[in-house]
Amino acid sequence: MSPISPSRRRLLESLIAAMGSLALPSLYAATPPAPLLTRPIPSSGEQLPVIGLGSWITFNVGRDPQGRRESVDVMRQFFAGGGRLVDSSPMYGSAQDVIGEAVQALKPARLFAADKVWVSGGARGVAQVEASRKLWRVPRFDLLQVHNLLSWEEHLPLLLAMKREGRLRYVGITTSEGRRHAEIEKIMASQPIDFVQISYNALDRDVEQRILPLARERKIGVIVNRPFRQGDLTQALAGKPLPGWAADIGCTTWAQALLKFIVSHPAVTCAIPATSSVAHVRENLLAGTGRMPDEALRKRIVQDVERLA
Amino acid sequence: MSEWWTYSLSDFLMFSSRSYYRLIESYSAAIWPAHLLALVAGLVVIVAIVRPRQHLQRSAALVLAAAWGWVAWAYQLERYAEINTAAPYFAAAFAVQALLLCWLAYRPGNAVPAPQPLALGLSGLAILAYPLLALARDGGTWRQAEVFGIVPDPTVVATLSVLLAWRAPAIFWLIPVSWCLVSGATLMELKIGHAWLLPALALTAVLARIMVSKKPRDFNSTANPRS
Repeated sequence: MSPISPSRRRLLESLIAAMGSLALPSLYAATPPAPLLTRPIPSSGEQLPVIGLGSWITFNVGRDPQGRRESVDVMRQFFAGGGRLVDSSPMYGSAQDVIGEAVQALKPARLFAADKVWVSGGARGVAQVEASRKLWRVPRFDLLQVHNLLSWEEHLPLLLAMKREGRLRYVGITTSEGRRHAEIEKIMASQPIDFVQISYNALDRDVEQRILPLARERKIGVIVNRPFRQGDLTQALAGKPLPGWAADIGCTTWAQALLKFIVSHPAVTCAIPATSSVAHVRENLLAGTGRMPDEALRKRIVQDVERLA
Repeated sequence: MSEWWTYSLSDFLMFSSRSYYRLIESYSAAIWPAHLLALVAGLVVIVAIVRPRQHLQRSAALVLAAAWGWVAWAYQLERYAEINTAAPYFAAAFAVQALLLCWLAYRPGNAVPAPQPLALGLSGLAILAYPLLALARDGGTWRQAEVFGIVPDPTVVATLSVLLAWRAPAIFWLIPVSWCLVSGATLMELKIGHAWLLPALALTAVLARIMVSKKPRDFNSTANPRS
């Protein structure tokens, strides 16, 4: 997999975001953020920012107007900071519709729309994909994934056919919390998928053994969910002083250090932290900039997180 | 769902505590002042436990049936379903319980046992004290108060009090006790301080029910066959 490289367009977007930050508190206005780093999607070479945006729990706000406004603000900041990949699922309650509302309001030029199929039986998958597309208010999805491998034998041929017909750009599968890794490996080895989505963080590193090496070997992009163990990890580290190495890689928070640990793995394409806070989006995006930890520092991060969390 | 044993409670929680209480807040604002009517109806339940007369018992059972029916439709189906995909199933269960309570009101051979202090305490807690829990919670406001007949939890506790007072058979307990476990687990995952309360109240009511079932009934002391 090629090394992380900022694109010129990303640079311009980040400069625009930096200009926008002049109206924000001095902490953000003082130093314009470095460009958001990108990684190539192995199957196509298309560059994708290493920080994406998840929507599990955070965007499931129902009809609450305030919650919806906050979600639009989060997405506005995400796109302004150079973010592209937004991930959701029919399983996430009202999240798809909330994202669609933001897409309609913000009209992001470079949205990478990633959604999932989550229904038993292949025939119902077609209807679900179309219903999801309408909720997102997009002409087509960039990536569709079989959620938690549910009925994957039926859904995967359907998604691959959509890709062949040009109605979809990428196909993937997902799991979380380390489930069904043996089956994930089997599919990665036998099916022409573009992405695999898995859970990975400084404490949950099972995927380093087989799945991440297999992804590199098979040229499959890796999307990482649950980077903070749904907030438990950042909560456990809250109040614990950042070790000295954090400053060396430009981290001012544990969340940034945890994200840098993930996206610095050479097999990882991007991480998708979910948040309902504009400040946290900004913080997460900063983790996709600047210097990344090398192998020795990655080991050190693991040791410190295991010791403190 | 394969490898079901690998799933934890947190895997099923799909919303934040902020979204949950905002939902209660907006729902309450939309139906205000129905809360006042619900509180008055709740007093019928308390009176029926204090004065175990058959016509009061019937009225209370019908009040509870109406409350379960309302919560099934207005809360579970119309509101909670926005953020919880399981809510339509909860709505169906609440509708079934509403029918069971109608049956309880009219089933032949209903006895009118003596008043029970524990049942009275539970009904008072459900109808008068439960709304105050919102103020005890971090960041909670009275706009998020959980009122009997409006939202599930106090409605279920009030129902448990009546089922205990009237020594209702197991079939009437199944859905209320199940809800206490579901709601308690939800609040626990949301890290709400009083998450333990609902399961604890259900356990107390069930244990008390088992204990009173072992005692012989004494209808002569309190029953009023003319009412």
